[in-house]
Amino acid sequence: MGSERLLLGNEAIGRALVEGGVTLAASYPGTPASEILAAVVAAAQETGAKVHAEWSLNEKVAFETALANAMCGRRSAVAMKQVGLNVAADPFFRAAYLGVTGGFLVVAADDPGPHSSQTEQDSRLLALAAQVPVLDPFDPREAREMVHVGLLLSERYELPVMLRPTTRVCHARQNLPLGEVVSWERPARFVKDPGRWAATPVFVRDLHRRLNDKLAAIAREAEWTPDFLPGDGRRPEKCIVASGVAAAHALDMLTELKAAGQVDFYRVKMPFPLHQPWVEQVLGTYGEILVLEETAPVIELQLGLGRVKGRATGTVPGQGELTPEVLGRVLAGFLGLTAPEAPAPAAGGVRPSLCPGCGHRGVFYAIRETFPEGIFPSDIGCYTLGINLQAVDTCHCMGAGISQAAGFYHAYAAGGDFPPIVATIGDSTFYHAGIPALINAVFHRARFILVILDNQTTAMTGHQPTPALGITAQGLPATPVPLPELLRACGVTFLREVEAYNLPEVKDILLEADRFCRSPEGGVAVIIARHPCLLTPEGRRQPRYRVRVTEECIGCGHCLEAFECRGLKWEEAEGRAAIDPVTCAGCGVCVHVCPAGAIESESGD
Amino acid sequence: MRQQIIVSGVGGQGAVTLTRWLGEAAMALGVPVLTSETHGMAQRGGTVISMVKVGGYHGPLVPWGAADVGLFLREDNLAVHGGYLKAAGVAVVNTPNPGPYLGIDALGIALGLGLKPVTANLVLLGYAAGQGVLFCGAEVLGEVIRTHTPARFVEDSLKAFGAGMAAAREGGG
Repeated sequence: MGSERLLLGNEAIGRALVEGGVTLAASYPGTPASEILAAVVAAAQETGAKVHAEWSLNEKVAFETALANAMCGRRSAVAMKQVGLNVAADPFFRAAYLGVTGGFLVVAADDPGPHSSQTEQDSRLLALAAQVPVLDPFDPREAREMVHVGLLLSERYELPVMLRPTTRVCHARQNLPLGEVVSWERPARFVKDPGRWAATPVFVRDLHRRLNDKLAAIAREAEWTPDFLPGDGRRPEKCIVASGVAAAHALDMLTELKAAGQVDFYRVKMPFPLHQPWVEQVLGTYGEILVLEETAPVIELQLGLGRVKGRATGTVPGQGELTPEVLGRVLAGFLGLTAPEAPAPAAGGVRPSLCPGCGHRGVFYAIRETFPEGIFPSDIGCYTLGINLQAVDTCHCMGAGISQAAGFYHAYAAGGDFPPIVATIGDSTFYHAGIPALINAVFHRARFILVILDNQTTAMTGHQPTPALGITAQGLPATPVPLPELLRACGVTFLREVEAYNLPEVKDILLEADRFCRSPEGGVAVIIARHPCLLTPEGRRQPRYRVRVTEECIGCGHCLEAFECRGLKWEEAEGRAAIDPVTCAGCGVCVHVCPAGAIESESGD
Repeated sequence: MRQQIIVSGVGGQGAVTLTRWLGEAAMALGVPVLTSETHGMAQRGGTVISMVKVGGYHGPLVPWGAADVGLFLREDNLAVHGGYLKAAGVAVVNTPNPGPYLGIDALGIALGLGLKPVTANLVLLGYAAGQGVLFCGAEVLGEVIRTHTPARFVEDSLKAFGAGMAAAREGGG
């Protein structure tokens, strides 16, 4: 029992990477992939394995860093969420052609549902397009095993291999055994081969042929035959083909429908390339084939349309998570059983919002108050929740807020005047994809205000360090790259730094920044609004004020609507606002918000 | 032994920790277990649900209308997630208000003991264990909390858990 643990899927993956002898792991945090790199660090510390683990600036940088280690014959891994793979798509596609010499596992975690993402795209489609074999785990246990077989497969064919878990694998916990660390004792050995590592188009056609040959060989390996759970023969014409967590839920729902073991069931472990002899066998045996997979019809399309039913035919909904409820209806329809009662939609509930005491809240409030007619492009992170405060109008993808602000400026400027445009971005997102966007905006003389909401961490994904901090993922000293110097080097001439809690000063600086934007020498005005995230140790140590609402409260509700802090509540009996002592963080910022001056704070503990 | 449990609350109430302790308890009993948790955006104070499946299950999600037990850290969530319970399922709810459920003013009890609001989750867990509606007993859970909680929080955690158990013994909440 001592060697078994209750592990999160991501912890199982991170642990398995270390057990498998990976010597370099790189990542950029993003739900549902964020816990993988932290688990690598923890496992390396626990086992004494020598691993370089890093939170890279973005996914493309992470991919290329890990790739080089794999080009030296050493085992490597990179982890990201599905939209992170879009950022890394450029090196990912080419890595398939050129290959690797040490095992290279690309962990791309998908988010069907989607629960915390701007798309619910299927990374397996990118694997298919890039011609990279992809493994689709069923639960944390299998994700762990697939790390090991994936690394072996990668080395056997000198190819990157993708492991594609989904949210319900990443964020499921399961009782799992621990393994021993394999040490491969491989010193870095980079063998120069310009025809491969620096392949110009002349070489690429041949590399592509070799890649096709490798995939054709993998598609015939017996190891990748889908698992077969035979039915009792009462429905010989039908079979179910499923992969990933959809297969897990389908098996549970067959039990719920009292139809377990009644129909032939195939569980696909490698959705691309599909095991070719199996494809021929399935198409030759069954009249009706139901395919259950998340999110895109990757297996379904490879089997070919016709007798195959799935997402492409509309038998399975074309979008959304394949929850047990959805699968129950689909399975009942396919097997001619009575469908279970349809679930009532979950109504109500509380929407996510910025934490009480979050430094971002006051800044958003100040932006909205200062520029009621402004346009507010923003970005991906905790601060996306500024949407509740009507200070976030767009949220596209990492770094897009700055490029979009420039685009809005050029769109309006073409007609003469332009409205105040205030872009917001977090510190980590700025390092990730904001820098090129800012250089481009400055260079092309766009005029807008950029507020960097600097809470000195990557808060939404679990507080990973940013390059401004002098500390790495492994807790080692790093060379800090502070924001102000970086911003000046990007060509920014208007730069102000402000404490985010100081609303009067934030408002003054916003007005000053707007005047700069409109002056003859104007351009991008940058404001760094700082306050440490309250969920970090530094944030927790800050002084707390005793805040109270006085008799002066006129019951206008402005603080509740425009400031949206859970520390404030409505006292029905008295018809006025009040402080909720359980949730109030004692930041005292709401004192600046009350139009009647009815909120007071005094020094507390 | 098979049991499906949902834990419903809002981000920051400790639903993930509660789920984890139930999973550890299953492991301590040598029973296979699968749980699911909510991470990311929805954790920022929004409505969250996590699930525990004890026994031989394949997938981590509990279907609508299939849960044996629901632990509700917030009374309002009954309207949102109550439908996950089966007809004979038991709801254990953090609330001062009586109703057709096992109710306990977990937050009031935690604050009354001078504990942090977040420990209300353990008062609720102690109460559920004391009522005997869980697959595991209070002893196993107490041991799990003792061994897995960071040292500086152990005392308060066990105090909250014990207060929930005591409330169950006294036949009320």
